[in-house]
Amino acid sequence: MEWIVGLQALLQATVRMATPLTFTAVGETYGERAGVINIGLEGLMLIGAVVAYAVAFTSGSIWLGVLAAALAAMVFGVLFGIVTITFGANQIVAGAALNLVGLGLSSFIYRAFFSNVTDRAIQPLGSVKIPLLSQIPVLGPVLFEQNLLVYIALLLAPLAALVLNRTMLGLAIRSVGEHPKAAETAGLSVVGLRYGAVAFGALMAGVGGAYLSVAYANQFVENMVAGRGFIALAIVVFGRWSPMGALWASLLFGFTFALQLRLQAANVQIAYQFLQILPYVATIVAMILLHGQSAQPKALGVPYTERA
Amino acid sequence: MSEQAPRLRLAGISKHFGSIQANNDVSLEVAAGEIHCLLGENGAGKSTLMNILYGLVRPDAGKIFLDGRPVTIHSPHQAIELGIGMVHQHFMLVPTLTVAENVILGTRSLLSLRRLRESVLWDRRAIERRVGDVVQRYGLKINPGARVASLSVGEQQRVEIVKALYRGVNLLILDEPTAVLTPQETTELFKTLRSFAASGLSIILITHKLHEVMEISDRVTVLRDGKVVGRRTTCETDMHELAGLMVGRDVRLTVEKTLARPGAPVLMIENLTVVDDEGRRLLDNLSLQVAAGEILGVAGVDGNGQRELALAIIGILRPTSGEIIANGQSLIGRTPRQIADAGVRHIPEDRQQMGLILEFSVADNFVLKAFDRPPYTIHGLLQPSAIIAYAQTLIERFDVRTPSPTLPVANLSGGNQQKVVLGRELDSRPRVLVAAQPTRGLDVGATEYVHKALLAQRDAGAAILLISTDLEEVLALSDRIVVLYEGRIVGEVPGDRANVQQIGLMMAGVQGAQSAARQEANMNEV
Repeated sequence: MEWIVGLQALLQATVRMATPLTFTAVGETYGERAGVINIGLEGLMLIGAVVAYAVAFTSGSIWLGVLAAALAAMVFGVLFGIVTITFGANQIVAGAALNLVGLGLSSFIYRAFFSNVTDRAIQPLGSVKIPLLSQIPVLGPVLFEQNLLVYIALLLAPLAALVLNRTMLGLAIRSVGEHPKAAETAGLSVVGLRYGAVAFGALMAGVGGAYLSVAYANQFVENMVAGRGFIALAIVVFGRWSPMGALWASLLFGFTFALQLRLQAANVQIAYQFLQILPYVATIVAMILLHGQSAQPKALGVPYTERA
Repeated sequence: MSEQAPRLRLAGISKHFGSIQANNDVSLEVAAGEIHCLLGENGAGKSTLMNILYGLVRPDAGKIFLDGRPVTIHSPHQAIELGIGMVHQHFMLVPTLTVAENVILGTRSLLSLRRLRESVLWDRRAIERRVGDVVQRYGLKINPGARVASLSVGEQQRVEIVKALYRGVNLLILDEPTAVLTPQETTELFKTLRSFAASGLSIILITHKLHEVMEISDRVTVLRDGKVVGRRTTCETDMHELAGLMVGRDVRLTVEKTLARPGAPVLMIENLTVVDDEGRRLLDNLSLQVAAGEILGVAGVDGNGQRELALAIIGILRPTSGEIIANGQSLIGRTPRQIADAGVRHIPEDRQQMGLILEFSVADNFVLKAFDRPPYTIHGLLQPSAIIAYAQTLIERFDVRTPSPTLPVANLSGGNQQKVVLGRELDSRPRVLVAAQPTRGLDVGATEYVHKALLAQRDAGAAILLISTDLEEVLALSDRIVVLYEGRIVGEVPGDRANVQQIGLMMAGVQGAQSAARQEANMNEV
């Protein structure tokens, strides 16, 4: 029976590790379906992580921290929007800048306010057992004995899919990413929709980052996002620009994170550095396998300027 | 008010882009139930005027009145709310969405709790039914559930019209709607438009085709260089007068040509097949021959393999299988440069993308295919004086209107740009000339010039493959005509006995059109 316990722990960790990826990738799916690629997710997640930690530490409320993280990331998302949507700057360059800002700013905030604090730990978000459902063997603990943010992430993906595929808003977002001029001549505001999608994407990245510092760990660590923002970008592609696809792909990548942790703990005779690169190797392999598939929104990365 | 105000009145509209005055004090009136043609050459300012009306472009000056009320239109959204609909020349449809989704796009509130039932699309079928109702009411044939990407160009145009009708427009603008249609589809469209007008809809049709004006419109406004140069009631004018107004001088509407004296076949294409990455057969076992001193016209609706045919001959596209022979030599596997040197020259369909380097001077563009050879390059160094001297002679011979050979070719008009291409490609006396859409976007004067140049090459013994989606051009110039449909040649007719109806059917891929055409040709011989 020992292997069942092992499997259960592995899957439980998979879901936990997938959660920040799900938030970020589902948000980015919206942005990209509206035609804006934001490679600054890593920076936004870092901002989310540090703001959530700082607010939770000072206020004592985890949820206040998550809310503050979401708003802070959204502010930076709107700034990114001003640069790329209003001024039509190159989205890759602006996103790269956002990563640098996020990395520098999060480290700065942390050092400025917490370098003299001795006990930096906070009480992280606890898990909530769902009655009855959590009694199901294996699946119960994996899906129904997690913290609230995990549940929110698991519900977010189908809800996001529903909005994208079955509402006028979703239709509008999709059309703006495929053929913005057609959307505009149909009476939609390309600029407004893109701002909305980008702001939502940034907000979600902020929550994803917050999860890392206040739900997964119990404190902030410099550069703690460790490339998850970039993995989320790959997940959007891997999930073929659909929210549900992003959820499945997040779980797959969450599994590689969980697996390398398990293998390290199991004292496998491989240098731990090699185990740690597992998720990143998986990302590269996934991108190679998906090469040339074209579910990509046609206007992705192309600034929209009104011209006759 | 004694008299009913017109549906639309534009008063004194002006708009400039940089130094170009696109519209200059333009006034226009359209009554309810009227079909009004806006006639003018490319660059006369027709599209700008309509984009102003649709809220895509803001005018510098002028007023817009709808049913006598002054309005300002800052966005397409406002235009739609005022009952204005527009069918753009390049369709504004999202190919990945269905017909119904494209139609309802932007017609309901995006996210409103009060009107949640409007914002949520639970039932795709219900929406398709509602769009289907509009489709049926107006007698248009489209399946609302079909994905737009799978529709033909003619069907996509109908989707655009349904889009406007669904929004309840009372003024419909169509920008060059027949450019992408076969003659039969055009007839069908005009029938539809007439029935719309009869039910009170006002229609503005932008065109540069005179016979369309005569066929469909009640009244016509002619634009030239951004200004209104004439207003006519259609039944009181004729093509000749309109052509004069449009161009600003007398024009001959037909091309004068002598009978061809074809020699031996020079260009031979056998079983040419091009398959793209997704397995589509863009050219399918195509065979043809062009003799010296003959123009073979290739007719067809855009996108049926014309591009691929031209690119395969000049060596830019590697065919999947088949043989291309010019002057007895195979061209397969040779580089574009070698093919050009073998006397196969090309007038590309897009002169700005493929024919010229716009930032380069007129002179440099003339020597693009020979710049590295004497006398233009000696000992590895460019010889500017030789290049300029050569350019001077070509500027004179081909009547290029430019103040200097060193001016960037981007500063020239479309017609003069095309003359630069002609000069470069024709000066070497080509044995084979592939002319793709040689007059696309040119004004009447420049078109005349190009046609004369092609005929002169023919009479000098060149084998000319004329690929054009402008059926009138093909009919006017060709000694023989083949029709291209989905990468195959579906019919061949002699140029002097060509029948527009038959060619139109073949262009639409209708089976049996070919044999009918042959029968008719035989009957004419008897």
